[in-house]
Amino acid sequence: MTLVLGAVAYDPKVVAIWDGFRAWLRGRGLDFDYVLYSNYERQVEELLAGRIGVAWNSPLAWVRARRLAAASGVALTPVTMRDTDQDLRSLVVVRDDHPAGSLADLRGRFVGTGAVDSPQATLLPLSLLRAAGLRPEPDPRADTRVRRFDVGVGLHGDHIGGEREAARALLAADPADRVDAACMIDSNLLLFAREGTLPAGSVRVLARTDPYDHCTMTAGPGASEAAVTTFAQLLLGMDYADPALRPLLDLEGLKQWQPPRLSGYAQLERAVDESGFYDATGQIGARDYRP
Amino acid sequence: MRATTDLDGLGLDQGGHLLIGHALAGLRPGDELTVTGHHPALGTHLAAWCRDNGHRFDDGGGVDGGPGPGPAKLVITKGAADEQRWAGASRAGTANGPPRARADPRWGLAARGALVEAGGPPIGAEWTEREHVWADIAPRLYAAAAASQWDPATAVDWSAAADVPPPVERAVVQIMTYLVENEQAALIIPARLLSQLHPHFREVMQLLASQAADEARHVEVFSRRGMASGGPLGTSSAGGRASLQTLLGEPDFTTASFLLSVLGEGTFLDLLRFVHEHAPDPVTADVTRLALRDEARHVAFGVAHTAHLTRADPSYLGTLRLAVERRHAALADTAGLNAEVFDALVLLAAGSWQPAAIGRGWQAVQELRRRMDEGRRRRLAFVGFPDDEAAALSALHTRNFM
Repeated sequence: MTLVLGAVAYDPKVVAIWDGFRAWLRGRGLDFDYVLYSNYERQVEELLAGRIGVAWNSPLAWVRARRLAAASGVALTPVTMRDTDQDLRSLVVVRDDHPAGSLADLRGRFVGTGAVDSPQATLLPLSLLRAAGLRPEPDPRADTRVRRFDVGVGLHGDHIGGEREAARALLAADPADRVDAACMIDSNLLLFAREGTLPAGSVRVLARTDPYDHCTMTAGPGASEAAVTTFAQLLLGMDYADPALRPLLDLEGLKQWQPPRLSGYAQLERAVDESGFYDATGQIGARDYRP
Repeated sequence: MRATTDLDGLGLDQGGHLLIGHALAGLRPGDELTVTGHHPALGTHLAAWCRDNGHRFDDGGGVDGGPGPGPAKLVITKGAADEQRWAGASRAGTANGPPRARADPRWGLAARGALVEAGGPPIGAEWTEREHVWADIAPRLYAAAAASQWDPATAVDWSAAADVPPPVERAVVQIMTYLVENEQAALIIPARLLSQLHPHFREVMQLLASQAADEARHVEVFSRRGMASGGPLGTSSAGGRASLQTLLGEPDFTTASFLLSVLGEGTFLDLLRFVHEHAPDPVTADVTRLALRDEARHVAFGVAHTAHLTRADPSYLGTLRLAVERRHAALADTAGLNAEVFDALVLLAAGSWQPAAIGRGWQAVQELRRRMDEGRRRRLAFVGFPDDEAAALSALHTRNFM
């Protein structure tokens, strides 16, 4: 039986990546194909329903899949993750000349975030604010304003457009468009400096989350154990020295696939509970989320 | 092995990663690099940069160098990605040395002598064998070509007085019309060969490019001289164009170079010299003199390359002979040279319609054809044909000269 992987088409390069991986995997005897989804919610539902065998999940998609699976008694198997999926941090960044010296100083001010469903640029940093004693919108007793940049909703922040817009708003010329702080993943602080969105020296890091893990490959009830085992072994065996694979690994943003670990999602589970983004059974609770 | 690098106040958003990369280059995978610095976000920068570049970095669970004062001292463990990337790399020959006997398509567009990372698309060049494109004189000819470029706007005195009698002017216009047609073919052929040549043979590539540029200038100056008197251009015969078009379709590098440069442009040397000698005005004399100098280089490469190959592989003479015979057969039913061109050459040499002058002009053109034949035979002999075969093949050359 063909092992079918689901991936979310957050960028045209996803086709090049999985076309290339498909040819490589088939060349090593794995009967493999892939389908693309326009959003992670649909992909997770299809994984649980067994219509795809494995899902290349965002961290938020993993959280939902785990909750749905637990509620319905379905078993999920973690398969692998990228070396670049481990130990990320999200940052709260302010202009270098901003008076804020700690998160508490953002009370009553504007914080810019990525899309509603971005773990790294919205859910996790807002949880960090709460841990510091703030009550960011949409809390009914909110004491901190949130300006959300909903770009690529449904892509769980893979499309960094919202994150970039929040960063731009830090330096907006018009005070009406300006935010006091912006939330982003650590690697985007460097990216935004390199591309000129946040010139070097223009901002400083006010706070950062603890390390957390990002994407994870998950097998569901639609995949045979043998196929999943072979798939995992083949991915883990991919060698960055292989010139046929290296461009694909570069596109996918990794040097080496790693064995999966599930210890890096506790912060996100907490953030999801705090915000009510999903309920305990994996149903979508965020009222203004339309993937 | 342990090493240290100090970034001072530099962040990785200001080029600090170059210093780290430089320090890591001397280490092996698994070696540690201690990074010191006092940029406030150094730990945050390093964590993200190391993750993206395949190095291990432990920030000690919060020793950041991030928010908070004081210099940081952070440790990177070098990953294997850099070594893996270059593990299968190879040199594309040597930069100063002669090109390799076979250019590897996987070298693609890499400079000769570059260290080429494995992977990437192979180049689709058809000509990858040195013997089939090379001549030892190519580097010197390219240097000469680069040093001899001239500007059509200034190299010719376009304002020079041109008191040319109308019949002779019409002859000049007809000859210029014919020359433009030929130069256009002579531009397209090296450009086409160039597009299929492996760039490892750098000097040949450069030489073909300069040859195409030469022909572009020739097209310009001959067109401009043809239009100088304000009348319409001359005629273009079907047979002449058919003859030229057989050159465009030749698929083999050496055969195309041989037919165009050894036989065609070789013959043209005598033609241009003839027009120059009988030029009725300074502009005609200038444009033919300048073109003649360029064409001599083209002929030199064609002859040297053909001889290079036939000396390595004498059986290739048979291929070239067949090509001449095939072209002759293909053109057997065409008129060849435009009669108007032939008449124009006679009139140019005559200088007037006086019977005695026409007689002298006729003789001059007969002498031109004899010189063309002699030149072809000499060049054919140089590339390896016995004298009798050289004479026979010269006789089969197109009546259209090119």
